[in-house]
Parts: sequence; C-alpha cells; structure tokens
Amino acid sequence: MSHVLEAPVEVTAPKLPKSAKPPWRSRFETNGWSLLLLPVVVFLLVVFIAPLIMMFSKSFTDPTVGLDNYRAIWENSLYLKVLKNTFVVAIGTTVLTLLIAFPYAYLMTLATPFWRAVMIIAVLVPFWTSLLVRSFALVLVLRDTGALNTALDSMGVIDEPLPLLRHMSGVLFGMVQITLPFAVLPLYATMRGIDRRLLQAAESLGARPSLAFAKVYVPLTMPGMFAGVILVFIQALGYYITPALLGGPQNTMIGELIVQQVSTVLRFGFAAALGVLLLVSTLVLLAIASRFVDMKKYLMGQS
Amino acid sequence: MTIAYLLLPVLVVIPMSFSDSAFLQFPPKAFSTRWYEQLINDPTWIESALVSLRVAVLSTICAVVLGVLAALGLVRGKYPFRGALTALLLAPVIVPYVIVGLAVYIVFLKMGLTETTLGFVLVHTALAVPYVIINVASGLVSFDRGLELAAQSLGSGPISTFFRVTFPNIAASVFAGALFAFITSWDEVVSAIFLSGPEMTTLPVRIWSGVKVSVDPTVAAISGLTLFVIIGSFLLFGAMKLIRLSIRTYRHRNAGATIGATS
Repeated sequence: MSHVLEAPVEVTAPKLPKSAKPPWRSRFETNGWSLLLLPVVVFLLVVFIAPLIMMFSKSFTDPTVGLDNYRAIWENSLYLKVLKNTFVVAIGTTVLTLLIAFPYAYLMTLATPFWRAVMIIAVLVPFWTSLLVRSFALVLVLRDTGALNTALDSMGVIDEPLPLLRHMSGVLFGMVQITLPFAVLPLYATMRGIDRRLLQAAESLGARPSLAFAKVYVPLTMPGMFAGVILVFIQALGYYITPALLGGPQNTMIGELIVQQVSTVLRFGFAAALGVLLLVSTLVLLAIASRFVDMKKYLMGQS
Repeated sequence: MTIAYLLLPVLVVIPMSFSDSAFLQFPPKAFSTRWYEQLINDPTWIESALVSLRVAVLSTICAVVLGVLAALGLVRGKYPFRGALTALLLAPVIVPYVIVGLAVYIVFLKMGLTETTLGFVLVHTALAVPYVIINVASGLVSFDRGLELAAQSLGSGPISTFFRVTFPNIAASVFAGALFAFITSWDEVVSAIFLSGPEMTTLPVRIWSGVKVSVDPTVAAISGLTLFVIIGSFLLFGAMKLIRLSIRTYRHRNAGATIGATS
C-alpha cells in the first residue's frame, strides 16, 4: 500500500514543482496486470456512466433548454410532497430498522452456536430472496384479509381490520422487513469484534451493567451502526418495487414518480431531473459516509 | 419475533402457493397444486422464464469474464487513480436501480436496444460485475502466489499457469461470484421494467405485472417456486461446503495414515 505512505511527502513539500517529485511519478506507474482492468472500465464507462451523463444532460435540455424541469419540481406542491414523503419514509425505515436490528445483532453475539446459525439463516434467506417475491408476500400479509389482520382478529385483539396496505404503516412495515438484513449484517460484524471483557472491566470499576453497556459497548458499535444506517437509508430512498406495491397514492415515493413520468406521460426530461436529484442525494450521503467508515467493506461484506 | 418477521415471506408464500382457493385467503382452507399446474400450462410464463434464463446465463458469463480479469488487475496491478477506479467499479451497486433503468432506457431507446437480449445482457452485466470482482478479488488476496511462480519456473506459460494453477485455487470464489451475478440478473426487475415490452419480457417483469393488476394466485405459485430455488441453492451451497470439508478430512486422515502422523 505504498500510495498511503506517499501522502505526507506531498504535504511537507508543497512548493516543489509537481513533476520533480518522485511520488508523483510512482503514482502514475503501472504494470502489465493493470491492463486487465481496461475491459471493465471501458464497459462500465460505455454502458453505465455514459447513460448517466446522457440523463443528466437530458434533464436540462428536454423539452426545452434550461432549468424548467427543476423549476417544475420546485413549484408543484404535489412533487414536493413526493420528495418530502420519500425522505419521511426513508428516515422512518432507517430508525425502525436500527431499533430492531441492534438487539437482534446483539442477541446473535450472545446466542449458542445453534441459535446463532438459525438467526444468521433467518437474515440470509430474505437477503437472497427476490425483492419482488418478498414485496408480494408482504401484500399477502398486510391486506385486510391478510395474514396479520386474520391472526390479530382470531386472537381477539382487533374487531375490524387495521388499515395497513396502501397506508404509511404498511409501507414502513414492508420497508423495514426488506432492509433489516442490511443493518443486521454490518452490526453483527462489528459486535463480533468487540471484546466483552471491556464490559466486565467497566463493571468491576463500579459501573452499573446498564451504564457500562451504554458508555462502553454502544460507542464501540458505532462503525457498524453508521454503515447500517447509511446502507438502509440510501436503499430506502431509491426503492421502487416495495413502496409501489404497499403504498397508496398518498405515499408515492420518488422512484415511483420517475417510472410514472416515463411510462405514462413520457416526460423524459422531467423524469431525468428527478433521477439527477435522487442520484445527487445518494452520492452526497455516500461521500459523507465514506469519511467515517470504509463503505466498501460493508457494501460487499455480506456472508 | 424478529426471526419470524424476517422469514415472513417464506412463511406466507409457500402455504399460499399450495392453496386451493382462487382468492388467496390466509390460512388456506384446502391445499392443491392447481396454481403450479396452471403455471406450467401457461406458455407466456414459460416464455418469459426462458427469456430470463437466457439473459441471466449470458450476463453471468460476461460478468464472470470481465470480473475475473478486473479482479486480477486490481489485486496484482499497479495503477493510477485508485479511489476513482474503486468508485467506478462499485457504482452499479450503489446507484438506485430506478436511475440506472431510466438512464439506460434513454440511451437504448435511441439505439433500438430495448426489448433485445443484447440490451438486457448489457445492463445486467453492468449490475452484476461488481459482485464478481469483489468475490474473486477476495479469493485472490488469500491465494499464495508462490504456487504460480513455482509453476512458471517449471516452464508453464502464463495462460496455462492461470488455468492449471490459479483458477482451480480461486474456483470457489469465482463460483460464488457467478452465483451472485446469476441471481442479480435473474431477479432484476426495476431496470427490466423500462426495457421490457410486448416483444420481450423477463420473468420478474411478468410477475410484476401480475402483482400490479391483481393478487393472482399464479404469482403465489411462481413466488413459491423462486423460494424453492433460493432454498435449494442454499442447501446446495451448504452441501458443497460439507462435501469439500469431508473430502479434506478424508485426505488428511489418509495422508496421516501413510506418513504415520497423528493428525
């Protein structure tokens, strides 16, 4: 990892002309192996980055050149409501997911090997299961005659079905179910690495167990918590399938609005502007997050 | 409680898919396989399943070839712009699929690539390639390069070294990456909604329209089927691990017996 060591050299000698510095040259040094990266880079630039740039430019040029599309979002209370709703659902999902994932991951670290295996499988099965199938199953659960209402009714808890499907409560119930694995996995990965003897140490020094937990254990879980929060929040912002199935017209999210604008009214420029807005929020959040934790590790660290 | 909540889709869809009723009540009153039969007898379902299969297989192949090359380059190479490159390689996982779908649709519409196998394969390869890269790169990092150098010092060329020494050693991570790639493509619905049309529709998009229009019990059957595939691949993965483990212990024991060691 020589590039890590190069940084201070630049800082201590800022006035040298760039080309005179050995670190500059070694940074651009390359070997034959790196040529193998070329096919992927070209492929992604053509198939992935170029379309994003096209979308960006379309948001300023279609149907007319200028900021009209962005102004249309800003000036219509309906679209502003969709944006507000998107953030409300994303924040609500993130908070609820964290509240459920934290104790779950903590129990995983305490459980016997058998129960830990059961708990891991319970996280991994939905993680691998089709988003579409899970959302469909949630429709079956949340309907007026669905599993949840039937169960509550037969237990005598409720007299008439709770309004879940097509309501905010249903969307949140579903979104949390979908995002839970993305919070549990990084939290568990962090918690597994925490030395529980630190808790004993705090208690032996006179801290009550609850205080020791709050002041010693919880701060140590911060990297996992932060990774979970960012992963869940970013995904919740961009989901289309789940809110479109579980929500009603009252809680449309930005993803649905984009698809609607393209498929029903063919307003490509406007949809592109919404896309740019969503993309920029996602990238800003990631940029903030990557200052604190190694996102690469958590994005890919499943299993 | 949370375990039940996490497993909810499996717990609900599987009994529902065997329901005898046309209205999907829970719990089902009588069981039958009629929705599975209807599924098999409906040519449109089979057709979109074949489309999905073709797209998924081709995308997996492309993603694995590109991904293995890239992983080798990443792990072995010295190259500039590390940060930017990593960001580019991970971007397809981070950018919401709605945006990818929209952006690609805008371009593909102009180029006549919507509703074509090529169009689907291009998008799905881009979405799947990061998973292959990460899996294979992590496999390569833990692989002892000395073995390659040994093979080459014994006169093996670079290509035969790769296929006879490197590849067998990273095969498990390549397989895991390929599985990720396959499932990514097989399951992908958001960008496929943009690219699909009457001429060509993948299975998830077909399911999606089934779910959107009405709560159709055939969808419960296809969902049940999907879950069986997932659970099956889980078991297969577990079984492969078990087999590999038992072969290894068997070898160790045999080796121990021949040289008279205790382990």
